Amino acid sequence: MKFRANLWIGGALFATVVAAGALAPWLAHTDPVMDANLMNAELPPGAEFWFGADGQGRDIYSRVLYGARISLTVGVLSQLINTVIGVALGMSAGYWGGWWDDVVSGLTNMMLAIPSLVFALAIMAILSPGLTSLLIALGLTNWSYTCRLSRASTLSLKNLGYVQAARILGYGDLRIMLTQILPNILGPIIVIGTLGMGGAVLAEAALSFLGLGIRPPFPSWGSMLSDARDQITTAPWVSVFPGLAIFVTVLGLNLLGDGLRDILDPQSEARAR
Amino acid sequence: MSEPLLAVENLRIDLTIGGVHHAAVKDVSFTIGRGETFGLVGESGCGKSVTALALIGLLRPPLSVGAGAIRFKGHDLAQIGADDMRRLRGASVSMIFQEPMTALNPLSPVGRQIAEMFVLHKGATWVEAEKRAVEALASVRVPAPDRRAKDYPHQLSGGMRQRVMIAIALACGPDLLLADEPTTALDVTVQAEILELIRDLSAARGTAVLMISHDLGLIANMCARVGVMYAGRLVEEREAEDVFRDPAHPYTAGLIASLPLLGARARHGRARLQEIEGVVPSVTAFPAGCRFNPRCAERLERCAADDPAETALAAGGRVRCWRHG
Repeated sequence: MKFRANLWIGGALFATVVAAGALAPWLAHTDPVMDANLMNAELPPGAEFWFGADGQGRDIYSRVLYGARISLTVGVLSQLINTVIGVALGMSAGYWGGWWDDVVSGLTNMMLAIPSLVFALAIMAILSPGLTSLLIALGLTNWSYTCRLSRASTLSLKNLGYVQAARILGYGDLRIMLTQILPNILGPIIVIGTLGMGGAVLAEAALSFLGLGIRPPFPSWGSMLSDARDQITTAPWVSVFPGLAIFVTVLGLNLLGDGLRDILDPQSEARAR
Repeated sequence: MSEPLLAVENLRIDLTIGGVHHAAVKDVSFTIGRGETFGLVGESGCGKSVTALALIGLLRPPLSVGAGAIRFKGHDLAQIGADDMRRLRGASVSMIFQEPMTALNPLSPVGRQIAEMFVLHKGATWVEAEKRAVEALASVRVPAPDRRAKDYPHQLSGGMRQRVMIAIALACGPDLLLADEPTTALDVTVQAEILELIRDLSAARGTAVLMISHDLGLIANMCARVGVMYAGRLVEEREAEDVFRDPAHPYTAGLIASLPLLGARARHGRARLQEIEGVVPSVTAFPAGCRFNPRCAERLERCAADDPAETALAAGGRVRCWRHG
């Protein structure tokens, strides 16, 4: 098999971020919330503070590590919710058709017409800020592409011989969807899901930046950026490192998604070559 | 004889286009006894396959059962609920298809696809079902069944895949097997093996077979009784032997005359194939009277006006033709 740079680089970047988040308690130098010391405020990067210190003298390196936990939790879980909703709606709509298909298609089109970040903002404004609200807000607003994709793939699959055969052999609708259709549409859905994870990480950062996501003092990359915006000229490292973390994570996820598409999507050019 | 396994009575299947019902299949009646092999022959588009679909309750719009009854073991299939119908499919009535290439899930090992039938219809555990799947593969004469069970469909040849389909179809010991052109997509030597397999297995297990084909030779080999369909009607239904020796309906006679009998015919200096003039009319444009009359060589005047009823033949069987009416 040929070497796929995007798959491996993306995978490596993403794995690094996952490892950083998982091993944060061992890798971090200080407690990300409690160890504030104004004596160290805005110290530049150096031997003691690898990424420098923020306005309250906290170690940015440690906070970025812990921030990975929140970004990844939100990115992965919210995208998982999106995927489950999208696949369930899309596959059932494509399989059963009729009025249910009309309802789902209408709903999907409505979701596509509303900017998802604005919708998430509205949900966050109603719920109180916090991790659970973030998961709800981001998990309910970004399933439309998955839904469309699952519906279209199901439509093309449901008249194939083996799906018909399963019906003739007495499979129930649910069993046909789970055993005959789902495995055969999973490839593109994984791709969309991975790419969507990058979007969810960005959305989490944006919401937290706007003060509607994770609240300070808990370290989320978005809220760290938000805190740092007044010091961007005096102490650029306070904003650069959380920003870099977001960049690396999203880049990794996008490369990984592209790489997976090359492998899983039969229509992609890379596979035809 | 006691009650037949399957009785189709005056079945009509409607094709609905723009609110207008066209009878794609009309007044088709036949019975299949337990363990009997019944053949249904006819040209493409004459309604063989939709009749089979109707038997398992899987007609989808725009096709629907317009009239008539289908009785399986004495139960009217129109009366039983969707859940019971689903349990019947695969367990009591099963089917093998024309295209073994597409009838298997490409992402699932074949052993698992057979095993799923035991899990689905017999409530077996997966471990037990996988074991029985290997036995099922052995019974359809697949060599090294324990290894083949782990293969994916693309690793198998067409004949092997059709064997797997047969194993799936016969897994739960159905009373009736619908075989819709089971060998059309296979090459000739494999065809013979598959047919022999179907014949042996159905005989050993007492499974009745409804064999659908356009291949008269195949039907003659396999079936005790034959129904000939033309343009949605059953035009002749008799013992297989009688049909081929002395066809009663001009359409049947035409079909048999058009068989290429290589050696004999060439020796008599008649190398040219016989044909039935014309084509099967489309469902929306069936002619008045007998549906075969525009192509019939023995047409009478009343053929274009009146639809012939079924007539019992002295030698047994039925025919739908004014020449016998």
